[in-house]
Amino acid sequence: MLQILNFILLLLVAVSIPGVINRTRARLAGRLGIRFTQHLRNVGVLLRKGAVYSPTTTALFRLTPACYFGSALVALLFIPVGDLHAPLAFKGDLICFAYTLAIGRFFLILAALDTGSSFEGMGASREALYGALVEPALMLLFGTLALLFGYTSFDDIFSAARHFDVQLTIILLLMAYLFVRLLFVEAGRVPVDDPRTHLELTMIHEVMCLDYCGVDLALIQMGGWLKSAAFAVVAANAVAMPLGYHWWVVTPLAVLLAALPIGVVESSQARNKLSRNTTFILTIVAMAAIVFFMGYLIQQNIQI
Amino acid sequence: MKYHITTNQAASVALSDIPVVDYAEFYHDVDEKLRNDEVHIGHYFAHPEKGEQLRMICLLLNDKTGQILITSYVVAYYDECELPSLTARHAEVHPFEREITERYGIRFSDMPWAKPLRFPFDRFDKRSSMDNYPFYTMEGSTLHEVNVGPIHAGIIEPGAFRFICNGERVLHLEIALGYQHRGVEHAFTATRNRLRQMLLSESIAGDSAIAHSTAFAEALEKLATTPQPKSKNLEIERVVALELERMAMQIADTGALSMDIGYQLGQVACEALRTVVINTTQAWCGNRFGKGLIRPAGTNFPLTEKKVALILNHVADVRRRYHEVAEDLKSSPTILARFEQCGIVQREDMVRIGGVGQAARAGGLERDLRTTHPWGAYRTEIRHERIIEQAGDVMARLLVRCREVLQSADYIKQLLTNFKPEAQSPKPDFALKLKAESLSFGLVEGWRGETCHVVITDSEGEIAACRIKDPSLHNWLGLALAVRGEGISDFPICNKSFNLSYCGHDL
Repeated sequence: MLQILNFILLLLVAVSIPGVINRTRARLAGRLGIRFTQHLRNVGVLLRKGAVYSPTTTALFRLTPACYFGSALVALLFIPVGDLHAPLAFKGDLICFAYTLAIGRFFLILAALDTGSSFEGMGASREALYGALVEPALMLLFGTLALLFGYTSFDDIFSAARHFDVQLTIILLLMAYLFVRLLFVEAGRVPVDDPRTHLELTMIHEVMCLDYCGVDLALIQMGGWLKSAAFAVVAANAVAMPLGYHWWVVTPLAVLLAALPIGVVESSQARNKLSRNTTFILTIVAMAAIVFFMGYLIQQNIQI
Repeated sequence: MKYHITTNQAASVALSDIPVVDYAEFYHDVDEKLRNDEVHIGHYFAHPEKGEQLRMICLLLNDKTGQILITSYVVAYYDECELPSLTARHAEVHPFEREITERYGIRFSDMPWAKPLRFPFDRFDKRSSMDNYPFYTMEGSTLHEVNVGPIHAGIIEPGAFRFICNGERVLHLEIALGYQHRGVEHAFTATRNRLRQMLLSESIAGDSAIAHSTAFAEALEKLATTPQPKSKNLEIERVVALELERMAMQIADTGALSMDIGYQLGQVACEALRTVVINTTQAWCGNRFGKGLIRPAGTNFPLTEKKVALILNHVADVRRRYHEVAEDLKSSPTILARFEQCGIVQREDMVRIGGVGQAARAGGLERDLRTTHPWGAYRTEIRHERIIEQAGDVMARLLVRCREVLQSADYIKQLLTNFKPEAQSPKPDFALKLKAESLSFGLVEGWRGETCHVVITDSEGEIAACRIKDPSLHNWLGLALAVRGEGISDFPICNKSFNLSYCGHDL
């Protein structure tokens, strides 16, 4: 029963994040902003529409939105919200989470190449590069979690009872920070990517979805929300663990942790030059390596 | 060689007073003149004359002396001969020679870039169309082509951009325009209604309505048989209108540049400011782009005490707020990281392609008609100080914009503080009698750069040809040079930093 609540909360986080981002940006720009549920209504419109397919595309192209959405949905099932239990948990689901998401990305890249459009090919090449660069950071962070708590499942890690001292809290906060930064990359937000731009030449994620419309586009957009929610909840869990660790703390925290920084950065900062994105991601990797090393030291100290 | 030497204030010149030389002499002398940085080509076109011959008329502008040199040569309509091409020596001649070839079939030998220019409806070779445009290609397994357009996302006019890239890096960009076939120049001669011709001139490029209509009105007034009494008020009003247009567009482009790098604050601030400026123009003449404001030999909207106060008030407010935005842009590291060292066009390249306007000034090329060939109130009321940046990158083009907005605001303030509305500007005269068989030109520094209208009259004093040159004609090549070696994802900001006109090119 509680696992169903957990899943509902995850979905709630997923649909709230875009709304809060839009609100933050509008307020900072001095505008009233669109209504909070506008993105849901847009997707509702898309879901009622049919789809048009280019004659150059194959079945792969049609299969991809389902794969992308499905992979994000499955990955989300591994994530517990606060003290609740994840709907799906087994040993090693940390790794499974990362590569389930990678399957979605893999299909999206293939589908982009499938269209034969030069824009989408460029987008696919960029996405593949950033995906490859993000992976070590993700692995190092998950490795640190496993190292500190001695489990390889999100559910076990986040429900493990421990004594939280200052050192561990700092590491967890740092990890939350890195998860939020990874979220910028994974969700394709400023400064890495700009979801609002109409310039195909500068897009990364959006350009790969240019040939999708209707239901397919809706699935890809919702897949993106689910992916963001997974990262946001993991970050919120890490922050909330040493403090009060209840689902009603973690849920709003996840929304705020993801949406506020994105909203603020998008209003106050320009996008990176594309070639600087690699530096941006590699910085996350480097910091993740430091976190891993610190985690290792702490773990040694405690055992000795 | 013989030239007819004139200035931007002088009256029209009879066609018979323009010397006719033979092509060899023309070629050598123009070649010689263009070697000098201070001289650039203002206009060069073919004009069919009675009998079966084409009169090729060329205007050279000397930035140092403020002179305008006019000369011409004659080619028989059905001459099969090939003339040696000036483009081979001076890239800046390319659009003009391409236009002559495209429209009249006069070929130039050893022309390095023999391609159609804008596919006008009355082109010589009807088989030449966009479908068989000879795009430049490169072979190589590591290269790929990216074609953008001709239909773009957003509210952009049609134009095809073909990139040849090595990964993310652009090796070559070719810009193919000519999707609009508007026949603007033809439309000027199709009517004898002066008002209709004025309206046409306002519609050449919507963002430069005032620059183009001023150029046309100036050209008409120079042709008038009875000399027009100089009205100081009218001259001032035209300059104020032009500077308001400059402010509006430079602010809009600052916002557009912010938008393209995803900088929301700059974008929304500039959009709001631009609205204030164009609403000021609307409060003056009823149209936000100043259509209806410029009329031959007079105006329908003389400035009143109230309007002067309103303009002064709004301009001062915009100046103050824009200054803040500009300072913010100049001091934000994320913005500098995007704009600096991006899309560089060096001075020598700008000279070679004959760059004009703010894009040229951002590369250190001191070309500004307001200083070199002043007209109207720029001669009498203002001593224009050219705004020059040296770097030639996107940031330099942005800085020129930032500084020009403040300068324009200062000019408007200066001109309007001592303005005397009592001495009213005259009413427009649409029945203006024009001298027969004459040529005159209007040279105006619009916000984008040098705008040139050449008007030629027939034996009855009616307009036989109106040849228009928008500054974009020179500068499109500058954009192609700017993105060479840049990442393809930086093309949009390079493009916005030039903000060239598609319709000004596709006449």
